[in-house]
Amino acid sequence: MTIDQTVSTPESTPNAPVQATDDAATVQTMPMARALNAGMRKAMRDDDHVLLMGEDIGALGGVFRITEGLQAEFGKERVMDTPLAESGIVGTAIGLAMAGFRPVVEIQFDGFVFPAFNQITTQLAKLTNRHEGRISLPVVIRIPYGGHIGAVEHHQESPEALFAHTAGLRIVSPATPNDAYWMIQEAIASNDPVLFFEPKSRYWPKGEVDLSASSGPLQQSRVVREGSEVTLVGHGAMVSMMLSAAELAGEEGTSIEVIDLRSLSPIDYGPIIESVQKTGRLVVASEAAGFSSISSEIAATVTERAFYSLEAPVLRVTGFDTPFPSARLETLYLPDADRILEAVDRSLAY
Amino acid sequence: MSYTAATVQLLTPEGVLVENDVSAEYLPLIADLSDEQLREMHRHMVVTRRFDEEATNLQRQGQLGMWVPSLGQEGAQVGSVFASRPQDHIFPSYREHLVGKVRGLDLIQIMRLLRGVTQGGWDPKETNNFHIYTLVLGVQTLHATGYAMGMNLDGRSGTGDPEKDAAVMVYFGDGSTSQGDVNEAMIFAASYQAPVVFFLQNNHWAISVPVKVQSRTPLYLRPQGFGIPSVQIDGNDALASYAVTRASLESARSGAGPRYVEAVTYRMGAHTTSDDPTKYRSADETDPWARRDPILRFEAFLRAKGEGDAFFADVAAEGEDFASDIRTRTLALEDPPLAGIFDNVYSDPHTLMDEQKQWLEQYEATLNDGSNGGTA
Repeated sequence: MTIDQTVSTPESTPNAPVQATDDAATVQTMPMARALNAGMRKAMRDDDHVLLMGEDIGALGGVFRITEGLQAEFGKERVMDTPLAESGIVGTAIGLAMAGFRPVVEIQFDGFVFPAFNQITTQLAKLTNRHEGRISLPVVIRIPYGGHIGAVEHHQESPEALFAHTAGLRIVSPATPNDAYWMIQEAIASNDPVLFFEPKSRYWPKGEVDLSASSGPLQQSRVVREGSEVTLVGHGAMVSMMLSAAELAGEEGTSIEVIDLRSLSPIDYGPIIESVQKTGRLVVASEAAGFSSISSEIAATVTERAFYSLEAPVLRVTGFDTPFPSARLETLYLPDADRILEAVDRSLAY
Repeated sequence: MSYTAATVQLLTPEGVLVENDVSAEYLPLIADLSDEQLREMHRHMVVTRRFDEEATNLQRQGQLGMWVPSLGQEGAQVGSVFASRPQDHIFPSYREHLVGKVRGLDLIQIMRLLRGVTQGGWDPKETNNFHIYTLVLGVQTLHATGYAMGMNLDGRSGTGDPEKDAAVMVYFGDGSTSQGDVNEAMIFAASYQAPVVFFLQNNHWAISVPVKVQSRTPLYLRPQGFGIPSVQIDGNDALASYAVTRASLESARSGAGPRYVEAVTYRMGAHTTSDDPTKYRSADETDPWARRDPILRFEAFLRAKGEGDAFFADVAAEGEDFASDIRTRTLALEDPPLAGIFDNVYSDPHTLMDEQKQWLEQYEATLNDGSNGGTA
């Protein structure tokens, strides 16, 4: 198995729109960027009240070109280049959802979501509850997140946990082009607000996408590699990193199981608990800082639910609890296969 | 900051109709109001003020966690809401009791909110599109703008059919004008020419902070910088509020884009029952505003038109009945079951909610049957 760790830039990668088809056997190879584009295109064709909002998403197709070609097909009313104001985008998306639309909002970069933090956490997350369940707010907020692209400050963060602590939001993150294709459609179909974290370093590596596959529930973690001695759990770009670590460990005779969370809130613990009951050891990996994190949440819950199966404490491999460092340090800051394997060795030593 | 040379006033504090070049534009709109509608406007103001007093009493007696009085702002509210049509949507802040009442909200719903038995309370579909209160300042201006953008997309506005064309009206206060969301709402409303009327009640105080700290320029001038036509009115003049809001809503419904009304009024009471206005303002300021009371001036206007004592006695009696009824029903409100907190967090099924609700039910069962060892 080869793991594509190369970084492609948006400018160098053509992103021609996918021609969606009803052909039941259609499997195409494409990057996640195009899979997301195809998924949104299909959702917009199926429901004329799905609309896209964001900065530069129209003629430009977004800074990552995820929405390329969609304004040409659906028009400026359904693919809106908005004023440059994130709170305004999310706040008006809430109003549009109240009026019967299903807005899909693009936040340009992870670090730019915070002007909308108030609208997301005090309004979007709570308005269904405040209406005693009488209204739904089917708003999707797409957020390109994470490091590995050598970006400047506020362009490489992993703020998932800041939102996971808020009741009323669903939070997901695809790791592969195929998952991105069906998960974005499922997020749009969800009657709840969904924060859709897109691992920007995985936008360009290609994978097979089944354009005819029916989508499943958003909340389903998935065993992506079977193993017997240690379980690795993570999401987004960390999935390919964990697979690299598992390959390397396999060459040295250690059998590692890898699980992709896919949904960060709520978390599907079934496959994780089942895996830990088999391996007895769990390492959680994440780009985000470890303190008060989703990694910590998983460690606590697995300890509560599978204590007698554990042969070692649950270990976390995360970003350090500092601001995300400048670009020349990011490969040292972010967990890599070596740091994951160091934790695997510590786990096996108990 | 108070009235300016541009302030539209149709009814003087003495209740006399103003005749000048400005009022000439709006008086024909007033002429459309029937005597019965004028009586209804007065009735709503008096009854809501009596309701307000009763709610304050209930808070003082420990029956409400807090109360938010609208004392002094009845004129701005009754005029503006009478200018709305059934197809319009209203996004309030948290002090628009009279607006809700006119749209059909049972005011017990506001008591539920402030007694603490709900976080929101009512269904806008059952209150003629009067949406729920919002406690985070200014956020609702964006929701209103987004809703209005949706009306445009769905062809619910600007079709040329005045019976069907709809608009959104959003209420907010002078403190909120400093919020980024209010300014972003004006940007979005102008960019997308959304059919929304921003109705600012400038009541001069954001809790203890005077409006001059929020703005050194009259607030009605701000929207003009965003490309939104605006009018400043005497907010204690229910007729000016009706006429200017009606013209603004008609413009918005017709497809002419957003409008903005600044109603210069005064918060005669406290911000909430937790507040003590004597710490930051004096009678020298409040006394002149008391003489501009919106209800006194409307009563003088109606009496000059020929309404007699019997009508005003009837209205006062209705206020007493209303207050008594609200008191009875407030005291009868029951606390909701704790297990209900899990039911409406999400629209679709959610495992964490299911697990925690199940745990709570099991825990409560152990308390009931004493199997926790009897220490509880």
